[in-house]
Amino acid sequence: MSENTCACTQPKEEVAEWLNSVEYKEKNFSRKALAINPSKACQPLGALLCALGIDGCLPFVHGSQGCAAYFRNTLNRHLREPVPTVSDSMTEDSAVFGGQANLIEGLKNAYQIYKPQMIAVFTSCMAEVIGDDLNAFITNARNAGSVPQDFPIAYAQTPSFVGSHITGWDNMFKALLQSLADPRHGRWTNGRLYVVPGFDAYPGNLREYKRLVSSMGIPMTMLPDASEAMDSPHTGEYQIYPGGTPMSELADALNASGFIFMQRYSTVGSFKFVKNVQKINTEVVTMPIGIGNTDKFLMALHEMTGKPIPAELEKERGRAVDSATDAHQYIHGKRFAMFGDPDLLLGLTGFLLEMGGIPAHIVCTNGSEQFRKDIQAVLDASPFGKDCGVHIGRDLWHLRSLLMTEPVDMLIGDSHGKFDAKDANIPLVRIGFPIMDRVNLHRSPIVGYQGAINLVTMIANTFMDQTDRTCPDRLFELMR
Amino acid sequence: MAEQQDQKGCATREMVDEVLAAYPDKAQKMRAKHITVKEEGCASCSIRSNSKTVPGLMTARGCAYAGAKGVVFGPVKDMVHISHGPVGCGYYSWGNRRNLAEGTLGVDNFVPFQFTSDFSEGDIVYGGDKKLEQLCREVKELFPTVKGISVMSECPVGLIGDDIESVSKRMSKELGIPIVPVRCEGFRGISQSLGHHIANDAVRDHLLAKKERPDPGPYDVSLIGDYNIGGDAWASIKILEEMGLKVRNTWTGDSTIEMLQTAHQVKLNLIHCYRSMNYICKHMEEEYGIPWLEFNFFGPTKIKESIRKIAAFFDETIQEKAEAVIAKYDPLMQATIEKYRPRLEGKKVMLYVGGLRPRHVIGAYEDLGMEVVGTGYEFAHKDDYDRTFPMMGDNTVIYDDVTAYEFEEFVNRMRPDLIGSGIKEKYVFEKMGYPFRQMHSWDYSGPYHAYDGFPIFARDMDIALSSPTWGLAKAPWQKDAKEVRK
Repeated sequence: MSENTCACTQPKEEVAEWLNSVEYKEKNFSRKALAINPSKACQPLGALLCALGIDGCLPFVHGSQGCAAYFRNTLNRHLREPVPTVSDSMTEDSAVFGGQANLIEGLKNAYQIYKPQMIAVFTSCMAEVIGDDLNAFITNARNAGSVPQDFPIAYAQTPSFVGSHITGWDNMFKALLQSLADPRHGRWTNGRLYVVPGFDAYPGNLREYKRLVSSMGIPMTMLPDASEAMDSPHTGEYQIYPGGTPMSELADALNASGFIFMQRYSTVGSFKFVKNVQKINTEVVTMPIGIGNTDKFLMALHEMTGKPIPAELEKERGRAVDSATDAHQYIHGKRFAMFGDPDLLLGLTGFLLEMGGIPAHIVCTNGSEQFRKDIQAVLDASPFGKDCGVHIGRDLWHLRSLLMTEPVDMLIGDSHGKFDAKDANIPLVRIGFPIMDRVNLHRSPIVGYQGAINLVTMIANTFMDQTDRTCPDRLFELMR
Repeated sequence: MAEQQDQKGCATREMVDEVLAAYPDKAQKMRAKHITVKEEGCASCSIRSNSKTVPGLMTARGCAYAGAKGVVFGPVKDMVHISHGPVGCGYYSWGNRRNLAEGTLGVDNFVPFQFTSDFSEGDIVYGGDKKLEQLCREVKELFPTVKGISVMSECPVGLIGDDIESVSKRMSKELGIPIVPVRCEGFRGISQSLGHHIANDAVRDHLLAKKERPDPGPYDVSLIGDYNIGGDAWASIKILEEMGLKVRNTWTGDSTIEMLQTAHQVKLNLIHCYRSMNYICKHMEEEYGIPWLEFNFFGPTKIKESIRKIAAFFDETIQEKAEAVIAKYDPLMQATIEKYRPRLEGKKVMLYVGGLRPRHVIGAYEDLGMEVVGTGYEFAHKDDYDRTFPMMGDNTVIYDDVTAYEFEEFVNRMRPDLIGSGIKEKYVFEKMGYPFRQMHSWDYSGPYHAYDGFPIFARDMDIALSSPTWGLAKAPWQKDAKEVRK
């Protein structure tokens, strides 16, 4: 379709075809203002997930109640778990007079009814735009008797018009340390390594981190640990606070012998705070997706603690390598498109490259320039990474144009990618957040050696399923 | 134990008072007005509704944006709906209301999309009007077949004072398509409900009666307040068309902007979800003299009643066809009842939903021999409760904007066999061991409306109630050894 043709007079089929063209791709990539299917949520959702990881903590949205409903729905759909969260239900009058009265009354009610051990307050954009002062409001709420003077409250500013859910996670994590961790006791440490997962909606990943670190004999605390809140057992009884990092271990966090951050881009501010301000021995690793990234994670643990890698983990590594070699032929040379959060993409890219897969398009709506440099370095280190396009700040409609004009064999991303995958007639392997149209995926780790085995299984078997479903009868055979 | 069994499903005023006693004084006073137990002769049948949620108590309510974009405008398929403001609201309302629609993505169906202006800090400081202008142009350039745009304003847009009305007007002229500003900032009002009203007003002011159909007919009707969740509207249309009526418009499930523009030409408005669209029906009655009729397509009893009520508006041809439709589907419905009623008879249900379901589905449960012992709405008004009370038996509890705490406590005391509510409640009650169905989204099943829907509804309730998984909750070593090994 030329520039001068009015598409509205074209038949439907022609317009549909035009959407798949190179010309359309150029038009699509030149848009400046419009976001179409961006792959990112807003800050408070990340803050909520972070707060869920402290035992007895009630997440509290300071702002309009609709936001709280939306955050809960979205987490409910991915986790298939209850997500207790209150809001102080600000309305028009709060827009005029500020939200202090709502916060004071809200804290009082929430404290009395839900009997939390602590409350984590974070803002929606309404409270941010009108400029509510959380620090002053919470002090006033304590003075008004909403909660006891010494009741633990963490608070974070999480404006939705800055960053994304990973920024919100970071802000809430930093707020937990700043509001509720005791000051560092000089050179004395509690002898524990604090493991910080970052924005990770896989309880399976969190459990895997704990298993790996513990198997090295390292005394550890996972902070925050939402693995129970994201995956509580069914016993016939509902527990509003099914577990998490104990308050006492949060309070003791700044006396840690070390911190290890499992993600880079969802912990930028927290990392600086712990390492530079608190001067704690701190490492950040690439999310340990795949064998190489898991190796680096275990080596970082070894360097930080002096503990050797146990023989059992070496066996586990061997099994993961075995699964990779067993399946290499199904993944080698296949072209992949990926989208999702930056930490996930960085880890996944390393994994695909070590399998001989070819990352062709990486779309990261909430990626930074630093992320672009980091992922480019990973791609540059492998011959399989040389032709990959990295698209930061782009969305799933950009991704669709990429899939239509430069096709790939598989898309990797969350459930939102299913429309692009269908249009491109390729399988979608669901990794990331949210996954709302498949069950249980979040329960199996994608990190560590076991995670590598799981990824190999998912990706290779999906290709084989596709062959079985689509091949002509004469090529339909027992073995694959 | 025996006494508890007798008491099962029976609400009393004492039970309510006991539950409310846990609140601080002010919250207790406020909440007490929103809960009642229906007693004989309906002595205590009054309930406060449509007022502010108590801060700090876990509510299931959403906001005006959710009502306007998520419910009313979102399913209009050939329009682009822009979530104007930060990214979150559009993201969370993206594709999760199951509004099925026919059409080609990006050509004449935009329902599965999320369009947003994705505000950054700069937009808050300098305002988003310029960006909105550019964004409308980009929509038209990238999707030349788009038939209209709606601008759904999120909280910051109202707070920083953007003038989306004048931008919409200007851009509508420039681009030659209707652009509808919808002032549905989430802080407005006290729930989704105001958003429905705002959206109705936007339809009235910007779309309704802006076009004429060339071929209006004597049997033209509109189906209003059916959002085609899991194909509900398609199931309802099937009945109406078999009755000889011509369904010219569906609002807003699987609907087009033209349907909104030409709806003033029909003979009768049929409204299913009264709460979300009564405003526009009343307007059309006053302005164009179109009568409107509430109907209920859940369960054979109510379907039959509704078919006859609808047919009574028309001539004998339609009335005869209506009877034929009833006769045609009666055996199928009877078969469904015969299959499931013996398994479901006597089971007690507690509901908590929005819109129409807290009362409309009661008849469908009753067709299966089940009894609704508690119900309530997220965002109802007085007129909704006036319609609900007569449908409820004695000793049922009715709760408005129930808090998570109250709902759990009522369930603990009344011990229903099945709970029908939303996703925020689902996993709480399932963890407690209660069979549960999501009654906003039909738990990804459906349709539940009309004759096509009832067998699915019955099957789904049976699946929930009779799943062997409920029996697995207790580990054998927590039980008596004799019981386990027998």
